[in-house]
Amino acid sequence: MVENRPYLTVLSHLVVILGIIITVMPIWITFVASTHPIEHIMDGTIPMWPGDKFFENYATVLGAGVADAGGIPVGTMLFNSLVMALSITIGKIAISLIAAYAIVYFDFPFRMACFWLIFITLMLPVEVRILPTFAVVANLGLLNSYVGLSLPLIASATATFLFRQFFLTVPEELAEAARIDGAGPWKFFKDILLPLSRTNIAALFVILFIYGWNQYLWPLLVTTDESFYTIVMGIQRMTQAAESLPLWHLVMATTMLAMLPPVIVVVVMQKLFVKGLVETEK
Amino acid sequence: MIKRVTFRNPWLPYALLLPQLAVTLIFFIWPAVQALYQSLLVEDAFGLSTEFVWFENFEELFADPLYLDTFWNTVVFSFSVAFASMSLALLLAVMADRTIKGATAYKTLLIWPYAVAPAVAGVLWFFMFNPVVGINAYLLRGLGYDWNHYLDGGDAMILVVIAASWKQISYNFLFFLAGLQAIPRSLIEAAAIDGAGPFKRFWTIIFPLLSPTTFFLLVVNVVYAFFDTFGIIHATTEGGPAGATQILVYKVFSDGFIGLDLGGSAAQSVVLMVIVISLTVVQFRYIERRVEY
Repeated sequence: MVENRPYLTVLSHLVVILGIIITVMPIWITFVASTHPIEHIMDGTIPMWPGDKFFENYATVLGAGVADAGGIPVGTMLFNSLVMALSITIGKIAISLIAAYAIVYFDFPFRMACFWLIFITLMLPVEVRILPTFAVVANLGLLNSYVGLSLPLIASATATFLFRQFFLTVPEELAEAARIDGAGPWKFFKDILLPLSRTNIAALFVILFIYGWNQYLWPLLVTTDESFYTIVMGIQRMTQAAESLPLWHLVMATTMLAMLPPVIVVVVMQKLFVKGLVETEK
Repeated sequence: MIKRVTFRNPWLPYALLLPQLAVTLIFFIWPAVQALYQSLLVEDAFGLSTEFVWFENFEELFADPLYLDTFWNTVVFSFSVAFASMSLALLLAVMADRTIKGATAYKTLLIWPYAVAPAVAGVLWFFMFNPVVGINAYLLRGLGYDWNHYLDGGDAMILVVIAASWKQISYNFLFFLAGLQAIPRSLIEAAAIDGAGPFKRFWTIIFPLLSPTTFFLLVVNVVYAFFDTFGIIHATTEGGPAGATQILVYKVFSDGFIGLDLGGSAAQSVVLMVIVISLTVVQFRYIERRVEY
């Protein structure tokens, strides 16, 4: 601190704490609503403290789902989300690693053309090519499948860039030494480059897991079969139902469950998360 | 850019690039080309006949008052979200930067909303503002304001702006805090010795030095509001009431997927593509210049 102004310091703390309270408020309200029977929510007095139906409500959504909303168990949706998020994350990291390796460590015709082709994907988010992409996936017979949910999303310019940048900082001597010692390209990649990239891979994993888990538009397009619904898009079906049927307590329990995995990942792996966030924006 | 020491192998680099290129070509380039092509066609509702019409779809699009409304909504929405989330994040970052004790703890408590899906953020605020069961609607009624985002377009817009901004504050906070911590202490100390108070120091030293971060975040936030907020709109207002919260991305989806207007939807996709490409160019040009600051 530059100078001692106790009032200002107190004010700073107060403002930040107020900000945190406002940020956390929606979660608290949601959590409280998810622990009450529906009558408490509908009778006009909004509860501010958790009720006694925590286990009952969560067991209902996890095990049976919201049958009145034509839903399936939230447990199934959580599983689908996990499969989709992990496939996208691992797929993106794997294909980006080898693509960046090829671009940085090999000299071959059309090297820059390949690089630009990958770069272009940055400018084509799903949102701008909804219908034709859907048509491709439908023609390949991938609707309502895990492959259809994840494969079209695993091309990643950002991840390829990140690894490219990182490989360029790896000292030349390492490749030279490896070559002199007779290591081939595969051995060099596996025994030297991969271990060096560990932190980058971990940081990217956190960012991409959140990205994969939070996908909304894509699952909405490619799943019509309820058993392939992911939780983030499944909630929407429930809120629409809650407009006519009073199901808010169950919708809120599902919302809590949808938030929990990515939030835990961010809080537990905060250092990697911040690193990943800053590096992917470079 | 390439390494000085490279491996030589006639087929290995292509094999390594194959998965990435295959996915890119099949699911990115090909559909984009299709969208470009379809935007020049008119197809009847049953898909029986198609006609090549050059730029008629675009002419229709920009003559359609509904589309122009959507464009305007998107601009209002994006800049409201960028302004709200950035100014709040800057305030919190400046305050958190002042508190030496607790800054790390505050950071942990403020960054997690980044992990919440846009659609889920929408549902959280949708519930809090629900006219029947929501606490915020209840409080507003107490203040004499009859909140109803089902009927009032302005209320609905405020709802989606709040939900979208809430989620984005954590991201902006992180980057502002990093920007603030990178400002040399000596500059601020020198100003303090010369008698500049905290307010004056902020506006004449800190804020100008933060401008690269601010500009970068402005672009990122506009991109976010344009393209990543589909979930918020779809899970809450569905573009309503009467199109008041319809944004461009939502209209592409509803015209193409529900309205089955292939040519019109493709033309809208092309307009969006142009917007993304311009924003990306701005972002990259700027990032190259960032080094000089």
